[in-house]
Amino acid sequence: MNMPTKTTGSIDNGVNVEALLGAREALTEAPEAAQFRWKASSRWMRGTHTRSACQGFFGLGEAQSHRTEFTFDTDHPEVFASEDKGATPVEMVLVGLAGCLTAGIATVAQNREIQLKSVTAVIEGSMDLAGILGIDGDVRNGFEDVQVTFEVDADATREEIEALVAQSQKRSAVYDIVTNPTNITVQVK
Amino acid sequence: MGVPHGKADRSASVIIIGAGHAGLAMSRCLSERSIDHVLLERGEVGNSWRQERWDSLRLLTPNWLTRLPGFRYQGSDPDGFMSVAELVAFIDTYAGKIDAPVETGATVRSVIPTSAGYRIETARGSWSSKALVLASGAFGAPNLPAAAEAIPAGIRQFTAKDYRNPAQLPEGGVLVVGASATGLQLAEEIHRSGRPVTMAVGEHVRMPRLYRGLDIQYWLNGTGLLDETWRQVDDIVRARRVPSPQLVGTPERRSLDLNALTDQGVVIVGRFAGVAGRKVQFSGGLRNHCVMADLKQTRLLDTVDAYARDAGLTLGIGAVERFEATRVPSSPRLEMDLGSGEIASVVWATGFRPDYHWLKAPVFDRRGRLRHEGGVVAAPGLYALGHTFLRRRKSSFIHGAEDDARDLSSHLACYLAGTRMPLAEAV
Repeated sequence: MNMPTKTTGSIDNGVNVEALLGAREALTEAPEAAQFRWKASSRWMRGTHTRSACQGFFGLGEAQSHRTEFTFDTDHPEVFASEDKGATPVEMVLVGLAGCLTAGIATVAQNREIQLKSVTAVIEGSMDLAGILGIDGDVRNGFEDVQVTFEVDADATREEIEALVAQSQKRSAVYDIVTNPTNITVQVK
Repeated sequence: MGVPHGKADRSASVIIIGAGHAGLAMSRCLSERSIDHVLLERGEVGNSWRQERWDSLRLLTPNWLTRLPGFRYQGSDPDGFMSVAELVAFIDTYAGKIDAPVETGATVRSVIPTSAGYRIETARGSWSSKALVLASGAFGAPNLPAAAEAIPAGIRQFTAKDYRNPAQLPEGGVLVVGASATGLQLAEEIHRSGRPVTMAVGEHVRMPRLYRGLDIQYWLNGTGLLDETWRQVDDIVRARRVPSPQLVGTPERRSLDLNALTDQGVVIVGRFAGVAGRKVQFSGGLRNHCVMADLKQTRLLDTVDAYARDAGLTLGIGAVERFEATRVPSSPRLEMDLGSGEIASVVWATGFRPDYHWLKAPVFDRRGRLRHEGGVVAAPGLYALGHTFLRRRKSSFIHGAEDDARDLSSHLACYLAGTRMPLAEAV
C-alpha cells in the first residue's frame, strides 16, 4: 500500500483518502468515538407502500445529521397485485450492497493510486417465493444467492482491479451484513 | 496489588521467562555479553513443544533454515522438516551446548515491577531482577470466538493445544474451524481417519511448498521478505494479524491447500460466524476469502520471479508456475444443525495469543495485548520475544529468534549499563 500524498495529485477518484486515514488513526486512539448508530424511520402509507427517511445518526460522540433528509419509497410490483410506488425492500438491500462495494472500490483505488474511469455493477439476488409465501418451510425467505458483476475501467491491470474488488468486499459493511448473521430485536412500543 | 514483602530468595541481573528456542537464543546473546541471567522454565527445556503439540506436527521450515545463534542443523537431510521430537532434541542439545542457566519446574506465578526492577514469584521460590525477558511463547492461550461457548455440551471441543491425534476424537463428523497451517493439517489427518470433516475457512494465506523446484522458504528468505522489519511495513498491526501460511512439512515436500483437501472429500464452508440455537452459521463470504488468497499468492510468486530474474538465478530452478485457482463450491453451506448428529466434535484451529496473566504491570492495551515497540515493552527493562512479527516477518520462526535476540540484548545491555538507550528501531 502506498500512502497517497497531496503532491502525487494526479489520481483523483474524488475520495479524500487523507481524511479517512486520519480518521482511522484518530479512532484507533479514541475507540469510543468510533461507536456509530445509524438510523432510519419509516411510515406505512397504504397497501405495501412504505416511506422511509434517513437524516440523523450518531457518531464521534455526538448527534450527527445528513445535509438533508433522504426519503425512500418501498413497495411491491404490480405482479404482486401492488401499486409499485417504489423499489421492493429486497432491491433496497441490493442498492445498499452496490453503493457500499462501489464506494469501497473508489476508496481503495484512491489509496492505491489507481485512476478509475468508470465503475458499473449489476447486482442480482435469487429468491424462491416458496419461502415468503409459506409454501415450503425448507425454503428461506431471503436471498439464496447474490451475484454481483462489476465492470471497471481503470488505469490498472486486471489483477489490480480484481484486488480492488476483493479488498472492497473485505472492508464493506453491507457485504458483512449480508454474509454474516446479526442479532436483531424487533419490539412494539 | 501490594508491594511484595521481604527480600527475594535469589536474584539475577536478567530473568528470562521460558526456556524454549527464543529464551535460549536470548540466553546465548546475554552470555556473549557476560550478563548474568537465569531462565525460569515451568517444565523442561522446550516445554511447549514437549507438551502442547499434536503428534504428527513437523516444522514448516526446512532443516537447513532451522538454526539458533551459533548452532545449526548438522544432519543428513537439510531439506527435511523436523518432527516435534527432533526439534525438542535440537533445543535440548542447544541448551547444553550454550550451558544455559535454566531453572526447571519453576512455573511463574506472578511478576511485579519494583523500584529496582522486577520481582518474580515462582513455584520454586522468588527472584528479583533488574530486567526481564518474556520468552514464554506466542501460543499460550487459544483464541476462541465468543460463540464457542454456545456450542451444545454434547459436542466435544478441542483446540490445537490439546489435540494429539484423530483417535482422541469421538467417531462421527468433525467441524474444523480455521484454515491456516494447523487447520489444514488437522482437517486432513482427521478426515483420513474416517471422520468426515467440514472446514470453516476465513482469511488465509496460500503458499506452495515447492516453487520452481525449491522450498518456498528458500524464496521467502532470498527475496528478503522474511527480514522485512516492523518499521518497514506500513501497517504493523495488520501485518501481525496475518495468518500463518498454509504449509505442511512432509518427507515428500508436498503442498497442502484447499483444493487438495477438497479432492480428499473435505467440505469447505465460510468463516465460522456464530451459533444460533442449535445451528452453527457460516459466512457467505467464502469466495472472496479464496479469491484474495489466490491473488496474494500470485503476487508473492510475481515477487519471487522478479527476484530470481534480477539475481540471475537460472541454474537448477524450474520454470515459472502458476497454480489452479481455489475451487469454491457454487453454494457453500451456510449452516449446520448441531443436533442432527452430523458432527460429534469441533476442533478450533483459530490461532493463539501469548498468555501473560501472571504479569502484573500496566503494559497491556485495552484488548489485553502487550504494548511493545519491536519487543521493547512499555515498562523499563522489560522485553518480549517470539511474537508474530515482533521485529521481523520471521520473528515467530525458530530461525527468527537470533536477530531479534541480538537486537534486544543490545538494548538490554544499554539499559543495565545506564547508558543512553537506543530507540527500539535503531537496535
